[in-house]
Amino acid sequence: MAAIKAGEEYGFFTDTSVCIGCKACEVACKEWNQLQGDSPSFLADSFDNTGTLDAQNWRHVKFIEHVPDQPATAGNGTAWLMMSDVCKHCKHASCMEVCPTGAIIRTEFNTVFIQQDVCNGCRNCIAACPYGVIGINQQTGTAHKCTLCYDRLQGGLEPACAKACPTQSIQFGPLAELQQAADVRLAALHSQGATQAQLYGRDDKVYGGLNAFFLLMDKPETYGLPNADNAKLPSRNDVGGYLTAAVTAVLAVIAGLVAFRRRGTG
Amino acid sequence: MTRFLAEHFVQSPQWTWYILFYFFFAGLAAGAYVLGTLLRFSGDPRDEPAARIAFLVCFPTTVICPVLLTADLGVSWWKFWHMMVDVTPGDTGLNFKYWSPMSVGVWGLLVFGFFVTVSAFDAWLSNRRSAGIVPMPLNRAFNVLGAVVAIFIASYTGVLLTVSNQPVWSDTWVLGGLFLASGLSGSAALLALLIRNRPDAGFSLGRLHQADGYFSVLELALIVVFFITVGAAGTLAREVPWLPLWAIAVAGVAGSLVEARGHLRMQTAGGAGTVAGVRLDTVVVSVLVLLGVLALRAAVIFSAQ
Repeated sequence: MAAIKAGEEYGFFTDTSVCIGCKACEVACKEWNQLQGDSPSFLADSFDNTGTLDAQNWRHVKFIEHVPDQPATAGNGTAWLMMSDVCKHCKHASCMEVCPTGAIIRTEFNTVFIQQDVCNGCRNCIAACPYGVIGINQQTGTAHKCTLCYDRLQGGLEPACAKACPTQSIQFGPLAELQQAADVRLAALHSQGATQAQLYGRDDKVYGGLNAFFLLMDKPETYGLPNADNAKLPSRNDVGGYLTAAVTAVLAVIAGLVAFRRRGTG
Repeated sequence: MTRFLAEHFVQSPQWTWYILFYFFFAGLAAGAYVLGTLLRFSGDPRDEPAARIAFLVCFPTTVICPVLLTADLGVSWWKFWHMMVDVTPGDTGLNFKYWSPMSVGVWGLLVFGFFVTVSAFDAWLSNRRSAGIVPMPLNRAFNVLGAVVAIFIASYTGVLLTVSNQPVWSDTWVLGGLFLASGLSGSAALLALLIRNRPDAGFSLGRLHQADGYFSVLELALIVVFFITVGAAGTLAREVPWLPLWAIAVAGVAGSLVEARGHLRMQTAGGAGTVAGVRLDTVVVSVLVLLGVLALRAAVIFSAQ
């Protein structure tokens, strides 16, 4: 890969069709970012024992175990889906939109980054993130998520998860190159009969496009991703929320004036 | 045409007890300021003692708000001021995002604190030496400005929840209005509770119950709209475990409506603004209304998380 340069757009292309669920990405992420991980727990609902993305899990390989009654046909391996989930580094990022401190910024690599010394742990970003990516670190009292290995990028290194992925399910590079590679891969899958394969976040239908986009083998909801109809920014409710409050305020003031008007009784 | 159902894959922000009580006290403080202004602005001169009590009540209920918000930040409590000042290296300056209710709300709370402090001090002085620090005409104008900020404080907490991607919260647009109506109702009940034994302010008791009744009608209408909008989005099932809290909220609304009706009848019959016999009713109804205000916020906050 060419040298990593500030000012260019970088991202991940995660091809779920070749993910084998080895969780090497999770391990590499924790290793590089010195994340202790959550206490081991038996979730009892999956072979996955990570559970969810949070302050200690910036990569999470989801196991979607929808085993059908009938055996999967050749080339339609939808019985067991795997997906290495991560912060999407949205072009129009909900977290960034609501952050009141300015802690969430866009870096010179066009990725979304939470400045730990600025964040004060208000958790507004957690309420806003539609992907459930961000978690609060109880020790630091700040919001944590994937940084797209900002420190490694600054040093000219690719992110740890992409480096560790043995099947190249996670590919890192300039966004334009990744998009081209994704288009080629999608065409290949379609030609092989895997017509359900689709790209998620490749175009601008979801949050203006995602710097970390995916090739999925089923509809987005199956992977716990909002589809284009549901991918909305929090600010969509600003006008409606304030307008209702304003109408209520007018009615309430009128009601108060009526109740308190001088009537000469006493 | 297919019906649009919201799907949510979010994490919970874990806004729990501190935030619940912040919403509660902010609603009461802001509601009390609005009522104090309305009593002073349109009421009888005999409403002035109740208006002063309203402004005095604002002070402690406002002071506790930043304390609760700061405590909610946990170990980062000392970085509360980052809400107002961006300390990003190379990009320092004041933080103000008009599209982020939390950002606007912090500034709103600061400005409201100024209005509350001045008005409460003025009311305290007026009670002690029968003249405040601000001449009355100017005071009224000051109160009106403060009441505008108070309306924002009472309602933005609901808008803050709405401007998110959480289930229930982001599925409706009524929370701002609902919290405002509920806050006004709760503060009317609180004032009624405080003045019930005050001969100087007793004149306003019936009028406060009447106002509470009107606010409760608004609140009830908005509760209905809340359930309709959440139902339309397909997240109504999340409210089921919290139905006992909703029942308390509705009981508070019903109580204030019954009390208001009684006072309206008394007034129609030419009765006095306050009657000793209604004092017990006032205690029962006011406590019920205040519990309802708290329960409503709890039901909304916890049902999404």
